[in-house]
Amino acid sequence: MDNTATPVVQHTERPLSPHLGIYKWQLTMTLSILHRATGIALAVGTILLAWLLIALAAGADSYRTIHMFCISPVGLFLLAGWTWALFFHLCNGIRHLVWDVGWGFEIPRAYATGWTVVVASFVLTIAVWMLALSGGAA
Amino acid sequence: MSAGSRQADLQTPLKRVRGWGSSKSGTHHFIVQRITAVALIPLVIWFVWFVIGLSHADYANARQMLHQPIQALLMIVFVASAFWHAQLGLQVVIEDYVHTRWLELTSQLLVKFLCVLGALASIMAVVKVALA
Repeated sequence: MDNTATPVVQHTERPLSPHLGIYKWQLTMTLSILHRATGIALAVGTILLAWLLIALAAGADSYRTIHMFCISPVGLFLLAGWTWALFFHLCNGIRHLVWDVGWGFEIPRAYATGWTVVVASFVLTIAVWMLALSGGAA
Repeated sequence: MSAGSRQADLQTPLKRVRGWGSSKSGTHHFIVQRITAVALIPLVIWFVWFVIGLSHADYANARQMLHQPIQALLMIVFVASAFWHAQLGLQVVIEDYVHTRWLELTSQLLVKFLCVLGALASIMAVVKVALA
């Protein structure tokens, strides 16, 4: 008899907690998922940050390379995504910290702060890009 | 595993749970994640302001921006906090979703190594520009 099979069978016979598929869409759960997704995206974005700083230290040629990447269509798309991800994670992170001190758990309040985070993340992203693009030669 | 073999270990139930799960270092992780999160609120606002400045700068101007001691210091603190916070966050994501033991261990190590490497490389670069 295969000993290793026994615990696996026991695991699958246990009741499972309800998973994503059976819930109807809710703002709160979407924001929770997005907090993780933007966190992962921003962690990847730290590579660009390290690249930028290293290029700045390495010389004008290296800096030109990363500059060309940033103003390429792919670069601009990624930068726009990272800008929004940064502001979303910042705003929703503040929302989480406010929860940590015990405020805002009531359902209506959780929705109000949630929508505030969504609106703020887009407004701040647009504001930053307007400021970045308004100066002319980028 | 049978009850008999457990008794042969001469271990109390408390001894068996110690060092596992939440009895390990969960609270410390939680606290450091919050400390770096709080630190990153003003630092991110400064960083965004700095990057907007960079978008208007050529190479010489960009170097000059980071050459100022206050800007260099803030960049080092930001980079350290960001990589630290990223490592803590990615650790939890891997703990939650990667259930193959060797893969979990490998990815946890990889994330830790890359975060330390990224932070130190960035800080070295900032110091180089700041002291130039």
